[in-house]
Amino acid sequence: MEKQTFEQLQEELYVEQMENGLSVYILPKPGFNKTYATFTTKYGSIDNHFKEPGEQEFSQVPDGIAHFLEHKLFEKEAGDVFQQFSRQGAAANAFTSFTRTAYLFSSTSDVEKNLETLIDFVQEPYFSDQSVEKEKGIIGQEIMMYDDNADWRLYFGIIENLYHHHPVKIDIAGTVESISGITKELLYKCYNTFYHPSNMLLFITGPEDPEKIMKLVRDNQAKKKFEKREEISRKFEAEPSSAAIKNRSIQMHVQTPKCVVGIKAADTELEGMEMLKRELAIGLFLECTFGKSSEYYENLFDSGMIDNSFFYDYTQEYGFGFGMIGGDTREPDQLAQKVKSILFEVKEGGFLTEEKLDAVRKKRIGAFLRSLNSLESIANQFTRYAFNQMELFDVVAVLEEMTLAEVRDAVNGLIEEERLSVFQVLPS
Amino acid sequence: MAVVKERIIKHQGVTVHIVPTSKYKTNTLVWKMKAPLKEETVTLRALLPSVLQSNTEKYSTSTSFRNHLDGLYGASLFADVGKKGEYHIMSFQMEMVNEKYLTNREPLLEKAFELLSEVLTKPNAKEGQFDPSTVAKEKRALKQRLESIYDDKMRYSSMRLTQEMCVEENYRLDASGIADRIEEITPESLYAYYERAFMEDELDLYVIGDIAEEEVAEMANRYFQFSERKPEHVSYINHQVQEAKELQEIQDIKQGKLNIGYRTNITYRDPDYFALQMFNGIFGAFSHSKLFINVREKASLAYYAASRLESHKGLLMVMSGIDNRNYEQAVTIIKEQMEAMKSGDFSEQEIIQTKAIIKNQLLETIDTSRGLTEVLYHNVVATMDISLDEWLARIDQVTREEIIACGEKIALDTIYFLHGTEVAE
Repeated sequence: MEKQTFEQLQEELYVEQMENGLSVYILPKPGFNKTYATFTTKYGSIDNHFKEPGEQEFSQVPDGIAHFLEHKLFEKEAGDVFQQFSRQGAAANAFTSFTRTAYLFSSTSDVEKNLETLIDFVQEPYFSDQSVEKEKGIIGQEIMMYDDNADWRLYFGIIENLYHHHPVKIDIAGTVESISGITKELLYKCYNTFYHPSNMLLFITGPEDPEKIMKLVRDNQAKKKFEKREEISRKFEAEPSSAAIKNRSIQMHVQTPKCVVGIKAADTELEGMEMLKRELAIGLFLECTFGKSSEYYENLFDSGMIDNSFFYDYTQEYGFGFGMIGGDTREPDQLAQKVKSILFEVKEGGFLTEEKLDAVRKKRIGAFLRSLNSLESIANQFTRYAFNQMELFDVVAVLEEMTLAEVRDAVNGLIEEERLSVFQVLPS
Repeated sequence: MAVVKERIIKHQGVTVHIVPTSKYKTNTLVWKMKAPLKEETVTLRALLPSVLQSNTEKYSTSTSFRNHLDGLYGASLFADVGKKGEYHIMSFQMEMVNEKYLTNREPLLEKAFELLSEVLTKPNAKEGQFDPSTVAKEKRALKQRLESIYDDKMRYSSMRLTQEMCVEENYRLDASGIADRIEEITPESLYAYYERAFMEDELDLYVIGDIAEEEVAEMANRYFQFSERKPEHVSYINHQVQEAKELQEIQDIKQGKLNIGYRTNITYRDPDYFALQMFNGIFGAFSHSKLFINVREKASLAYYAASRLESHKGLLMVMSGIDNRNYEQAVTIIKEQMEAMKSGDFSEQEIIQTKAIIKNQLLETIDTSRGLTEVLYHNVVATMDISLDEWLARIDQVTREEIIACGEKIALDTIYFLHGTEVAE
């Protein structure tokens, strides 16, 4: 077990890689009641085209299957694992994103028992024909719930606009139609490909003793046999740099229109420190330009074009990425125009200054430190970073050292007409 | 050892609650103002926090004010309104990085006190009125916020249930105000109300973080001085159900939203409140509860089916998203679960499990400064003094008989169903 110390943040991280390839991290948090643990596989909704171990051919699986598998893993021959967690006083949950599936629990007692339950249920799949069928009704309702959610439709609408081929454009839960084709056999195929310990990360944070916890994980893993595994082969079609659709709108039962401008990320092959710098640089640029302390924000708000729902965000993953700027607005067309023209003004002109960057840098450092108050946020962010070979606890140092030139560079490659797209939700 | 150490000091019109803990990287100040929920004041109170947090006398534009916050390592200032029982509560939360995690160690706690005090007592106002352009902007934003409730169907349907259920009580009012009453507010009338609120409201300040009690007490005294007051109390309004109502509303949506309201006739102040927590836990609050198991897992009708309590109003609210054509079946199953609870059809196992989960949930909630404040504030609203240790112990002591006895007091009030035009095949 290796111990890493982050002096300024006053955090200690314990790290070990098990013989079977599983990465385990423990971050002690004395003073908290709760222990929070996530067991995550690097497998999400975009991984729909891959080679099963031992197979020669690539095959494609139904949309929404990673999420479906997440639901089904909770079911065991002896019953539902949710129930076992709750008997042990823990709250369990799971979520599927584009790139990850995470299983988690939080509890304030019986932590060791709950941790063992978490590891075991994820590592012991049990799927039956009957329960696969029953789940289609529940997930069907989950899909319909999101269909009625205008903010979710806005979020996915713009991603669909930006991408030609990449599976990031497919809704994480799939469609009622696509999940109808899911079978027990297909679930095992995905499970066998992506749930090998070498593709997974276990993160535990809370008031526990790291030595004791690490020993529990070691003993647990030593009891199980896993075949040695080659690297997973995933397949993605080549993706053009331009947005697939420039402009699109849908109608829904809403009173206020919604509008978002999307930016398709450039250089999506970055990893590690380069990726971290790029992501933080673009985050700083968006904050400078659209943050509440910017003149642009004040003008948009004063003119009544935006309200408190206004948001901006940038995410970069390996192979894809996007920025989003938008919110509720009474003038969806004007807002789209205005946001675009601001983007170009900032790119061309002298808007980004050392002074502005400094203020926003401080704000981001504060927000990062605040996020360390939340065990959920630490575990989830840490895992996302680690899967991209980035280090969560580097964030403050990278923010402190970020130069204006780096921010300008990041913006120059990004703000181009062909990368932009607009999506609107309009009242029906 | 107590799970939370809360020191309470009363002085100068404010009750200061100091909670020292070293688990956060930040220090948090939460300012709460409580007054009865009333139709005449609800919109003024919804607007006031937005105007106050927008700018101040010294930082008179939102850009200059927000720049100042950014410069203080992204000090966050967040204002909102909520209701608890018959009360309407304005909250201001200021969170500031603890300087010990910074290379550059400015004294940030004092700055937080100074700034929060400025927001509350030195607003951008002169000659008896707030800055008119700030008021105009925030009026527009409030109007848009209220309209957006309609666009979020889960929130909309639960708001509609409350309106229908409490049609004769002030509790029908949404904490965010009434859209039609926004226009009549002027920079003068808002200012007049601001002065009145700071004169009459019950005021509480929570200070949470790695802090020295004496230092905090001294700062609170220096920055927050108000006149002594006798806050207005509203006695619990107990509306008796004559006959349950059933209402439907149609919109162009795909998934039906089913919301059901029950009167429990038990509030936070009552001795059987802990038994009610257990009742709701076994009935619908968790993933091992009867609603989740029977509506979702067994009948496969819904993705979510849950219930929650309005602790200070004594309501139990059920919510679920279902297909239009499954309305009858879902209502039947939910009613059956309520009957099962009333007739004591739950196991020892369910009791033990629910006790463990409720205690776990409380301990988790107080791991965040916001959650901790909300939990501690229950005592203020209910004028009670129940420590968290007592809370945990009281949950443990609840018996099967006490849970069943709650059932006798619970009455179905209203079933509300929002659904689409098309009936799916």
